[in-house]
Amino acid sequence: MDVTITVNGQQHTHDVEPRTLLVHYIREHAGLTGTNIGCDTSSCGACSIHLNGEAAKSCTVLAAQADGMEITTIEGMAATDGTLHPMQQAFMENHGLQCGYCTPGMVMAATSLLDENPSPTEDEVRIGLEGNLCRCTGYHNIVKSVLAAADA
Amino acid sequence: MTVIDNMETSDESIAAGNGLLGQRMLRKEDPALLTGEAVFTNDMKVPGALHLAVLRSPYAHAKISSVNVSGALEMEGVMHAFSGADLADQWAAPMPCAWPVTEDMKNPPHYPLAVDKAAYVGDGVACVLATSEAVARDALEAIDVEYEPLPAVIDLEDSLADAVVIHNELGTNSSYTWPLVIEENEGDCQSAIDNSAYVVKERYVQQRLIPMAMEPRAVVAMPQPFGGDITLFTATQVPHVLKVMSALTLGIPEQQLRVVCPAVGGGFGSKLDVYAEELLCLHLARSLGKPIRWNEERGENAQATIHGRAQIQDIELAADENGKITGLRVRLLADMGAYLQLITPGIPLLGAFLYGGVYEIPKAFDFSCTGVFTTMTPTDAYRGAGRPEATYAIEHAMDALAREMDIDPLELRRRNFIPRDAFPYEAYTGLVYDSGDHDKAAKVAEDLVDYAGVRARQATQNTPDATKRLGIGISTYFEMCGLAPSRVLASLNYAAGGWESATVRVLPTSKIQVVTGTAPHGQGHETAWSMIAADKFGVDPADVDVLHSDTAIAPLGMDTYGSRSLPVGGVAISMACDQVIDKARKIAAHQMEANEDDLEFAGGVFTVTGSPDKEMPLAAVAFEAFTAHDLPDGLEPNLEMQVTYDPPNFSWPFGTHMCVVEIDTETGETEVLQYVAVDDCGNKVNPLIVDGQVHGGVIQGLAQALYEEAAYDSDGNLQSSSLAEYLVPAASDVPSITLGESITPSPTNPLGVKGVGEAGTIGAAPCVMNAVVDALSGLGVRDIQMPASPVRVWNAIQEARNNTQENQQ
Repeated sequence: MDVTITVNGQQHTHDVEPRTLLVHYIREHAGLTGTNIGCDTSSCGACSIHLNGEAAKSCTVLAAQADGMEITTIEGMAATDGTLHPMQQAFMENHGLQCGYCTPGMVMAATSLLDENPSPTEDEVRIGLEGNLCRCTGYHNIVKSVLAAADA
Repeated sequence: MTVIDNMETSDESIAAGNGLLGQRMLRKEDPALLTGEAVFTNDMKVPGALHLAVLRSPYAHAKISSVNVSGALEMEGVMHAFSGADLADQWAAPMPCAWPVTEDMKNPPHYPLAVDKAAYVGDGVACVLATSEAVARDALEAIDVEYEPLPAVIDLEDSLADAVVIHNELGTNSSYTWPLVIEENEGDCQSAIDNSAYVVKERYVQQRLIPMAMEPRAVVAMPQPFGGDITLFTATQVPHVLKVMSALTLGIPEQQLRVVCPAVGGGFGSKLDVYAEELLCLHLARSLGKPIRWNEERGENAQATIHGRAQIQDIELAADENGKITGLRVRLLADMGAYLQLITPGIPLLGAFLYGGVYEIPKAFDFSCTGVFTTMTPTDAYRGAGRPEATYAIEHAMDALAREMDIDPLELRRRNFIPRDAFPYEAYTGLVYDSGDHDKAAKVAEDLVDYAGVRARQATQNTPDATKRLGIGISTYFEMCGLAPSRVLASLNYAAGGWESATVRVLPTSKIQVVTGTAPHGQGHETAWSMIAADKFGVDPADVDVLHSDTAIAPLGMDTYGSRSLPVGGVAISMACDQVIDKARKIAAHQMEANEDDLEFAGGVFTVTGSPDKEMPLAAVAFEAFTAHDLPDGLEPNLEMQVTYDPPNFSWPFGTHMCVVEIDTETGETEVLQYVAVDDCGNKVNPLIVDGQVHGGVIQGLAQALYEEAAYDSDGNLQSSSLAEYLVPAASDVPSITLGESITPSPTNPLGVKGVGEAGTIGAAPCVMNAVVDALSGLGVRDIQMPASPVRVWNAIQEARNNTQENQQ
């Protein structure tokens, strides 16, 4: 079946199997591998993207369900001149990443969190990110990054 | 609060450099990782690759009567399918175990696919190659395997009884018994236990843990069928070890094999191994002449990537009337799982030398470990590997002793600390601890947590009817890391050395390349190694490029594990820089017609003492070395030096952790209110990275204490094989961490550094569990098994209350 999805501002039409998950569409059809897969139970959030402007785990959505929608992946966050998105910059400045595998999903979830709540408390950041798992940082510097981005 | 003293050594080393070491420099690795530009193995685009999928045993223990792959072969897109028997004669050797800890250790043959018998749920029995991953996985369902199920063996003591022998050819489930014998003191331990004022006898269970790196494993094997070479791209921590071991297992000429790690998404020991899927991809790519790739699903990761911990510890700790330790006996049962992976049997040995903690222990020490097979996933190194287990045992036992003596647990520890002026300290095991200052680490932690204040709050809050009870936990630790002096490894029968290699070259344009044998997967080596070289040469770290994790570019290396990369690999880089500078000095002296002893090198420029008009920047020297038009007689062109550094000792980081927990007695839930970690790893190259390592380590240790467990049912089924069931904590489950500073440089190496990757994990589990028991001991709770889940805590409270009531009746 054909699906038409606007990815990072560019419209694509692809013929996909009906069972194709949006994350597989992004990685294999749109060719954008910054969105990672960390589990098979929608637990880890590594595949978080923005779907019509809100964070979503792209493994919980079929590509067919996203037909006609706009998505932003991690590749769409930095400016075309290479300037990092303020959230990416905050993660860099606060050492909010180590191996970097959860990072794209974490950045997407965190930007969405600040869209909804521009001045969160530490607890609100922790609760807001509970759908995204990180094994390296112990979350300390991720939380610090998000609070710094909120202040920026 | 920040405490930095004892900086004599580091002052000296920093003075010799250009002031970069110790700076919180942002990481070079981050832009690629933050933008999706970084390529993990699973991200590689490989035209024409066939996808491997592995059929795994649903039984913990079963004879394989027959395997019929014909159904899979009939499916569209399926190109090949093989049973274990089909490939049985293709391997030059079984999968490697590089640590035969005793002469008579029993090691069952272990092949990438099981042939006659499956020995754990997840053991590979057949495989499919198809044109897409989805087709390959679908086709597994069309393979028909007949099993004859046998009883599962999941209890260590049952296993030891040999009622069901897992590997018939061994005749027993016991792999080895390894004693740490201190011969001249045999018998002293029993005597101490018989004659001391206090003896605590405890049994602790280190539950099985799943490392759960966020990136599951992934492999791409790419052959050049006509040239004979083959490249293995794989998510591993050990490209160099893997290359040697794969060549031996597959009978591939080693020079034809290249191993490359693309970006690697965490390891924690789980990617320190030689795995069946790597060998299958290599073999099939070579024999079929096509690229083969495999991606691990999370459920497979839980079953078929190694597990960690899994020990039963019996510890007897004896002390005199003042609480001074007089003797220590440890008996371990260590769960090997179904097979011995790369260093499975050696993991408990890495802990054997740390059961004495940070204390003055007399030679009345008696340790023995027995490794036993079970029908569960093989165990191997998981962050800390033997050392968190050891630290847990001594630190939890110290708290038990303090309760027995009715004294403050911090005071008990202080009475036993090895004093600062006793270092270097030869321990009861014969190993020499390089440096330490336990009183300071404990004092920093004590002040940061406000120990006296929290104890006062606890006394007010923990009334018999309180529904929220406070507990304070303490742990102190020594870690034996920076693996390792090769001769010590030899004495432990480890089959490899513990050195590390570095090559440093200054390019004609004066930019610098550092080639390292370390294999980072989140630790920021590109940043830290740049800082070491830039500090030496007096250049911008941006002018230094770090090459790693590709055996064609960095052919020599022992990889990244055991908190070894900085104290071994980083030191090798520092030494190679010194050698390059020595050579550059000869060239500069020749060019400036000066005596090389009169040359100074600072800020990237050679100057001549007493001749302020003469100077030669590194760039000019590098170009002279490149053109070789006018070099001193006998000096080779180019500025490049290679160093292989074998450390003379382990590095011994240490520290004190303290935490405050509040337990809801009605729900059994534990909340960590405050966590303080003081981890002394000597001089820090980049404190930003050091802090991050401690944060992550602490949360993994805290997760062992409160959340995580690889639970098996009696049939040997893993009940926590997804991230929905295996409770890796989320941000909302854990606290922020307060770090206190203590810097005691290592005298062993010129940088004064120690390792830090595992320290947080080692300190955290006993700290949290000591707090949990501390909160509940007033109710009569003696101990709780990890993880201290709400149900376990609640049950322990009920049991203690019932016991109290019975006693009162």
